[in-house]
Amino acid sequence: MTGTEERDQASAGRGVSRRRLLGYAGAGATLGAAGFAGGVGTARAVESGSDPAAPDRHPFHGTHQAGIVTPAQERMHFAAFDVTATSRAELIVLLRAWTAAAAAMTHGRPVGGGAPLPYDAPPADTGEATGLPPANLTLTFGFGPSLFRDEHGRDRFGIADRQPAALRRLPHFPGDRLAAERSDGDLCVQACADDSQVAVHAIRNLSRIAFGTAAMRWSQLGFGRTSSTSTGQQTPRNLFGFKDGTANLKAEQPALVDEHVWVGAHDDPRAPWLGGGSFLVARRINMTIESWDRTSLSEQERVVGRDRSAGAPMSGGTELSSPDFSAKGSDGQPLIATDAHVRLTHPSRNRGVRLLRRGYNFTDGNDALGRLDAGLFFIAYVRDPDKQYIPMQTRLSREDGMREYLTHTGSGLFAAPPGVRQGGFVGETLFA
Amino acid sequence: MKHPAVTAALVGALALPALAACTDSTTARGGGDPRTITVAAGDTSCDLSADRAPSGNLVYKVTNRGAKVTEFYLYGEDGRRIVGEVENVGPGLSRDLVLNVPAGTYIPACKPGMVGQGIRSTFTVTESESESESESGSGSGSGQTPATSGATQQQIDRATARYHRYVQKQSEDLLAGTRRFVAAYTAGDDNEARSLYAPTRVHWERIEPVAESFGDLDPRMDLRQADLEQGQSWTGWHRIEKDLWPPRSGYTALTSKQRAAYGDRLLADTRTLVTRVKRLGFTIDQMGNGAKSLLDEVAKSKVTGEEEAWSHTDLYDFAANVDGARAGFEDLEPILARKDATLKDQIEQRFTDLQKVLDRHRSGPHGFVSYTTLSQAQVRQLSDAVNALSEPLSKLTAAVTL
Repeated sequence: MTGTEERDQASAGRGVSRRRLLGYAGAGATLGAAGFAGGVGTARAVESGSDPAAPDRHPFHGTHQAGIVTPAQERMHFAAFDVTATSRAELIVLLRAWTAAAAAMTHGRPVGGGAPLPYDAPPADTGEATGLPPANLTLTFGFGPSLFRDEHGRDRFGIADRQPAALRRLPHFPGDRLAAERSDGDLCVQACADDSQVAVHAIRNLSRIAFGTAAMRWSQLGFGRTSSTSTGQQTPRNLFGFKDGTANLKAEQPALVDEHVWVGAHDDPRAPWLGGGSFLVARRINMTIESWDRTSLSEQERVVGRDRSAGAPMSGGTELSSPDFSAKGSDGQPLIATDAHVRLTHPSRNRGVRLLRRGYNFTDGNDALGRLDAGLFFIAYVRDPDKQYIPMQTRLSREDGMREYLTHTGSGLFAAPPGVRQGGFVGETLFA
Repeated sequence: MKHPAVTAALVGALALPALAACTDSTTARGGGDPRTITVAAGDTSCDLSADRAPSGNLVYKVTNRGAKVTEFYLYGEDGRRIVGEVENVGPGLSRDLVLNVPAGTYIPACKPGMVGQGIRSTFTVTESESESESESGSGSGSGQTPATSGATQQQIDRATARYHRYVQKQSEDLLAGTRRFVAAYTAGDDNEARSLYAPTRVHWERIEPVAESFGDLDPRMDLRQADLEQGQSWTGWHRIEKDLWPPRSGYTALTSKQRAAYGDRLLADTRTLVTRVKRLGFTIDQMGNGAKSLLDEVAKSKVTGEEEAWSHTDLYDFAANVDGARAGFEDLEPILARKDATLKDQIEQRFTDLQKVLDRHRSGPHGFVSYTTLSQAQVRQLSDAVNALSEPLSKLTAAVTL
């Protein structure tokens, strides 16, 4: 089978896999739709030639989009776009083209299928991922509130009546210092991979495909995952030096994922199209790294509510032990402080709601004062932001001991549509 | 110990005891260092990896092996005087107790469940030639005299009492200033109110961590507009600030009735603050942490010009935060001098350096120029000076409590 051959060749040496595929996919590219680099034909070729079970790739098609419960990859490039075109047809053409390109790239194939182009033409694929394995690339798409209605409330693409009630700009939370150039957007793409170059390649090519229909509004690189979405993964550390995401929802808990992540077809009578999808909350959270580093270990552990070395709750046990919020120390004070992050975010303190977090550590160099511009690019997938994220963040922004060291500088809420069927396109149900 | 390389290193160290003792860096990681003692604290046991150690900086690595929350104490020979302690160690958790311990006999104790006398044993600290750091300070010559860490209770009491007086004085000056400010503001004398605004707030900024510790007063008195949550009413200094330095467009000035309401509220809250401050007690670690967090405040919102969004009097607040940090530091200085004179000198020098940079931006005897007149290079210079001080200052608490 082709997939096996690909793997064998890929393991024999970098560069073999993709180059070999250029020829293969090229055969299908003659069927491609004109106009976009990533044509429909490419997708066809990919579907027939891919091996979803391969260890370094995830199937693009399915009931849900990949990149949500998929085991969190090590790197991320997240981008938000504004649609510059005004017609519904153009928007759909873009989504189809994105779908084809995404299907190709997630399987390690070049955009455009590698069909030979005239020497005087620019290559269809930008080329920097040539020779790299798929690196578990997933591309997850979302629609922002502004796609449905412009700032005057006008219907932009004939979909305003389908805007989910919960898909609104997130409210202002105390302490927010949001930059418009790091917030919102009509469309978003989360590219996650185990290789930064693969993730950046994906965003770059999608952005290129979009020119004329949509323009990049902002994008964010993340260099290290800060949560696990599978029990098979180790809990990583955030830039505070603490394990993060210990109590995250995991793919191995399908009932909980159904309850807290996937939107039900009947959740919102205006938006049955979002059934099987999810809401994506993105927050760029800067850490005041320098102040944190000057903070005593006792204060750091008090603020987090876990010990730094093992990640165990301050009430004792191991990393995976349940925190005991009633346990008290000799001074009569709770071992897990009342304003500890772990206490305020715990489901038991939030009407049982949970989030699926998928955040990444980021560093964008430094600011004008020589301080690291770094922190956590928070991503969470939730079934209902009004019940899950917003109440929790309202509370955190008021009570969390950690807020002293955090500043939210970017924000976005998007509706991530359900997965793409074979031959379909991203967000098809919205336009059906 | 099984590892041949480690064994070899230990043998080498033993062969040259005098040399090895001179530098900390030659001590083997884990197990090999005679000044590192592991403590397995169970529900019915308290096992120390050694019952003796050479004097100097000792590390007790305490791991709670039991099911109850535990504590570990090192008592003096009398079994009562606490030399050092770690509290509230949950089951399975580990914590380090780092102490400077002179030669003598001590009583270590684990207290599973945090009650009773604890599970005790005897621990001998032998005289060591390499005790180095603290020898000059900590009661040398008196041999057995306890004073493990140099500071006497009298010194501690003096420091905390002095700091309490400082905080109290600032709160009283704040109240007096607020009275004049509110009177001018409610009378519609905007020029007078504007000139009193920053010089009055200085008293708040000097004791900001104390004022902020009153969770109900702080948001009412010092909340910035950007920190409001939906539906929360905005009162206090910054609400009035905006009314005195209103934005050019889109702002509705407060009526005299509203002015009176906001003014009265601020005055009443300030009175409450003064009353509460009187009743406060301070510990030296609170003082050390307070000094550190004042510098954090500077770094976070003053050096960036975010605090005084309308009046741009951020440098007053900046200088006042530094004043407050220096006051706490100076009260702790006699203790620090005995424990870590190098750190004391470094902090002192950095305070001086920072003050020099700050003084370049003075305007009049007590005032400062508007934040908006600073160039990016000047802001950077201030920020660098703050960082230079913040780093050693963050070591103050541990140094005075060790």
